[in-house]
Amino acid sequence: MDGIHDLGGMRGFGRVPWSEAEPAFHAPWEGRVFALASLALAGGVANVDSFRHAIERLDPVVYLTSGYYGRWLAATELLLRETVGTTPPRPGTLRSIDRAPRFAAGDRVRTRQMHPAGHTRLPRYARGLHGTVALVHPAFVLPDTNAHGRGEDPQHVYAVRFAARELWGDDAEPGVHVHVDCFESYLEPDAP
Amino acid sequence: MSTHDHDHDDADAAFALRTEALEALMTERGLVPPGAIEAIVRHYEQDVGPMNGARVVARAWADPAYRTRLLADATQAIAEFGFAGPQGEHMVAVENGPRVHNVVVCTLCSCYPWPVLGLPPSWYKDPAYRSRIVREPRRVLAEMGLTIAEDVEVRVWDSSAEIRYLVLPERPGGTDGWDETRLATLVTRDAMIGVARAATPAGEDRD
Repeated sequence: MDGIHDLGGMRGFGRVPWSEAEPAFHAPWEGRVFALASLALAGGVANVDSFRHAIERLDPVVYLTSGYYGRWLAATELLLRETVGTTPPRPGTLRSIDRAPRFAAGDRVRTRQMHPAGHTRLPRYARGLHGTVALVHPAFVLPDTNAHGRGEDPQHVYAVRFAARELWGDDAEPGVHVHVDCFESYLEPDAP
Repeated sequence: MSTHDHDHDDADAAFALRTEALEALMTERGLVPPGAIEAIVRHYEQDVGPMNGARVVARAWADPAYRTRLLADATQAIAEFGFAGPQGEHMVAVENGPRVHNVVVCTLCSCYPWPVLGLPPSWYKDPAYRSRIVREPRRVLAEMGLTIAEDVEVRVWDSSAEIRYLVLPERPGGTDGWDETRLATLVTRDAMIGVARAATPAGEDRD
């Protein structure tokens, strides 16, 4: 979904609030929320994709003002309200499949133009654009279906390399490439 | 104490109360084994962090055969140290050099290689970093104290799937003959994300 979480390329957030060192958790509740969310996932209340999608479905103002563990808390609350039973998830997201990768390193590809109402991991800034396969990764569970309980549909993932100019036009910085990890079904061969 | 601090404390108290309620509900539903919360918190506070990744990088600097293994199959090479687990299921190491600088982000959430770097710092999860580093990485890096020369390609890696990236920074000069333990002291969290170079033997330069 085209939600507030899909931040790549947006303006208006100012300077990066860098700090040299910080504790893993800034308050005891943050650590407990992290643990509770981990236990909810382990207990089958959600899988990693439906958990991410729950974060994406938060009110945009809540998303921006709650901080990272505030979002985890709100998402876990949401999932517990929505989930009656539990489905123990298969561990991990890597899967071995019989199908060979459709694309090879160096192939020219085009990302699909799409704006699904549900979960996807193709960022808005990288849709409908031309790139080159830089790395062929193994097969992983497809978030777009897994987040909605519609099966794992495992498929190969590719690091697709985009010239900054393809992404940002004349405003691009020189000498920059951005790599986005794309599931196979996000890609089509680029017409020569 | 300023109004801002009061607001922050109020928000923190509200989050803490909601967390207690969540814990009670999950316990009722049988999702919280005794001691599980404390064990998870302890693991992420004590056992994982940038000191793990620093050992990986130091070995890659000191041992050319290990560097080759790390670049060929980072998951396996990192597992040689016993580092594995959530958010480290499939790792890729990307190497900096005289003509290439790599930097890692997750624009869609805050994906980060927990087994080697621990949990991500706040700024990595902040909308400012996530929105800007893909659009103007040179400017963001310069603001963070790292100027990349014009003839060096910047490669940004957006962790949009389950692959987790570790930047292998350049080994600083003046470290000939250093052993892995000593080299590891130069490898910072930021160098392994790609927003800084490794520290120099002389001291404090972030650039």
